[in-house]
Amino acid sequence: MASGSEVGEVAAPIEGALSGISSELSVRGEVVSIRVRPEDLREAAERLLRLGFDHVKAVTAIDRPGEGIIEVVYHASSYGNPGLTGIIAELRTSVPRDDPRVPTLTEIWPSALYQEREQWEMLGVIFEGHPELERLLLPEDFGGPPPLRKDFKIPTEGINA
Amino acid sequence: MVCGLSGTVLVGNLERSARRAARWLVERTPVRGIRDWGIKFSLWPVHFTTACCGAEFAAASAPRFDAERFGFLPFVGPRQCNLMLIEGTLTRKMAEAAVWVYEQMPEPKFVMSMGACAIDGGIFWNSYNIVRPKDILPVEVFVPGCPPRPEAVARSIIMLQKRIERGESVGLRV
Amino acid sequence: MSGAGSGERTLELLIGPQHPASGHMRLVAEVDGDVVVRLRPDIGYVHRTVEKIAETKTYLQTIPLIERPPLADTANHNLGYVMAVERLLGVEAPPRAQWLRTLLAEMNRIHSHLYGLGIHGIMLGSSTAFMWAFGDREIMIEMAKRLTGARITYSYMIPGGVRRDLPPGFAEEMEKALRYLERRLPDYDRIFFSNPVTRARLEGVGVLTREDAIRLGVVGPNLRASGVAYDVRRARPYAAYPELDFQVVTRSEGDSMARMLVRVGEIRESIRMIRQILARMPDGPILAERYAKMIPPKWRDYVRETGRIKFPAILASLRPPKGAEAVSRVEAARGEAVFYLVSDGGPRPYRMRMVTPSLRNVVLFSHLTRGCRVADIPAIYGSLDYFPPEADR
Repeated sequence: MASGSEVGEVAAPIEGALSGISSELSVRGEVVSIRVRPEDLREAAERLLRLGFDHVKAVTAIDRPGEGIIEVVYHASSYGNPGLTGIIAELRTSVPRDDPRVPTLTEIWPSALYQEREQWEMLGVIFEGHPELERLLLPEDFGGPPPLRKDFKIPTEGINA
Repeated sequence: MVCGLSGTVLVGNLERSARRAARWLVERTPVRGIRDWGIKFSLWPVHFTTACCGAEFAAASAPRFDAERFGFLPFVGPRQCNLMLIEGTLTRKMAEAAVWVYEQMPEPKFVMSMGACAIDGGIFWNSYNIVRPKDILPVEVFVPGCPPRPEAVARSIIMLQKRIERGESVGLRV
Repeated sequence: MSGAGSGERTLELLIGPQHPASGHMRLVAEVDGDVVVRLRPDIGYVHRTVEKIAETKTYLQTIPLIERPPLADTANHNLGYVMAVERLLGVEAPPRAQWLRTLLAEMNRIHSHLYGLGIHGIMLGSSTAFMWAFGDREIMIEMAKRLTGARITYSYMIPGGVRRDLPPGFAEEMEKALRYLERRLPDYDRIFFSNPVTRARLEGVGVLTREDAIRLGVVGPNLRASGVAYDVRRARPYAAYPELDFQVVTRSEGDSMARMLVRVGEIRESIRMIRQILARMPDGPILAERYAKMIPPKWRDYVRETGRIKFPAILASLRPPKGAEAVSRVEAARGEAVFYLVSDGGPRPYRMRMVTPSLRNVVLFSHLTRGCRVADIPAIYGSLDYFPPEADR
């Protein structure tokens, strides 16, 4: 198993590559977490791509109604660069819940295409500039708020129902 | 329509009368027994996979369990099939397709539903995107399990055959 | 078939969701004569909202839930999820449990690959391939049943360890099963892979270049068939993989044939790995000390004698620390599966993100079929080993 120090070694060049962008860096196991402002998202992704993070593993949006935000998290890693395959760069940003707009990263990472579309559908995050922001999994006639938001309730079982 | 037959004149719709007479005939004892016996050994489930139980359904048709020995062989198009097997969860999007496929099948046709999800939602009971098959289709046999073992599928086929033999499942919609 | 497409020459062809090629999805193909101009996969026919339901279930209850979408490949996804939960909780499974997990994961890889092979056989119209692959798959399923008690939905890995120890005589039985499989694989080569019909339909069809594979973020055998030697078991080894000797199978052609042959190569590697695991498995407990000591005293003798864990009550109410997050990735049979768990300190996941290999491979449908013949669609579809419930979740 790759040690924590190896991740630390990669964190340094990432920090260097992101100079000039206001970002918070933290290391958690194999994951280097980078928090940026929504307007810096594209720039940060481009610099990560240049560093060798060539694909996106997961695009996740997290609804946090308590804080009034939706977090958008990209997990990127590398196929081509053997030094980076063991590392996951976690690029995250938060947008206001009532107007969740982030620039799309599909031009930088085409691998985010379907997952951005899915997150748009499930959480209502608008990825500006996405080529086909249309229904992916839900039926055409689906109504109501985006289902993965916390205010979309489904029945639960047991005493906490 | 009016037609003459050796001096007698019959008034009415001959085609309809013939259809009714044929139905009357196939419901009589000897013909009906032969018909049901024939249907019993020619169940052709349509190749319509709705969810993950399809993996176990495929195993039931495969060599180890070999459902073909009961006269049960998945076939490609709904036009040539008389059995619909709901293989697991029916989502809202799929339910629409299921009804289309069912309506295309010729009579007599039977519906079996496989898996806990197809009974009352199973592990996905609180999902916002599922449909209970019994609400939209006349299901004859339910196979419990998540997923049911191929033996259970084989047993359910025999159950359906017995129902057909006893005349409990006619598979006809009048 | 329905309606007109964008121009006068092209026609929109709807394939599915009921079609002979065993699929719960629709392909919307725009064809010009016999040539596909554009193909759009219409997925979501098996979208059962796993991520939402996970938010209403406890961490332990979520294990059976995440096994349903990838039904032919449950063990690997089970492992990925449990690894994420263990990272949230800061628990580590004891070594023997890690080896047992690896054992089941590899057994599952073999029968999942045979499943893919069989389904591809159907799509090509080769019933023999289906019958053989599904028949031989039962061997591994039977062995897994002896180990776990279930045919395909094992729920074998639990946070902190595994449910059952090896049953007596398992290694000998397994050796017989592996010998049988090894004897069968050359038969597949003879009757299916070197069959002129198969080769004509698969070779040079649906070629994925190395650059496109990386750019589109393709995973699993589909990626390795395009010459990218990426395998999570090597890139970031987990469970017992650091101690096992295995090759990452790659090919350079990137066509449908290469994707199939990579799977066959992986079956061979899995057979090698299972032998190593059974020969070198360490002794010891199968549940982390932290949970094992909470098993009620009256059950301890039972657990010791039978090797079957009686779940301590704590597992029903696992509460990871507030704000904790964990990412895990495993090499499932169809490719890399990623789990991302966010905790709010409660007994249920605040957000569970499950990115399955099939979801990441969906993009290939439109990419690989551009310019191909309509008759090649099943050949390409089958070679991707795409499992719709897994992609839709």
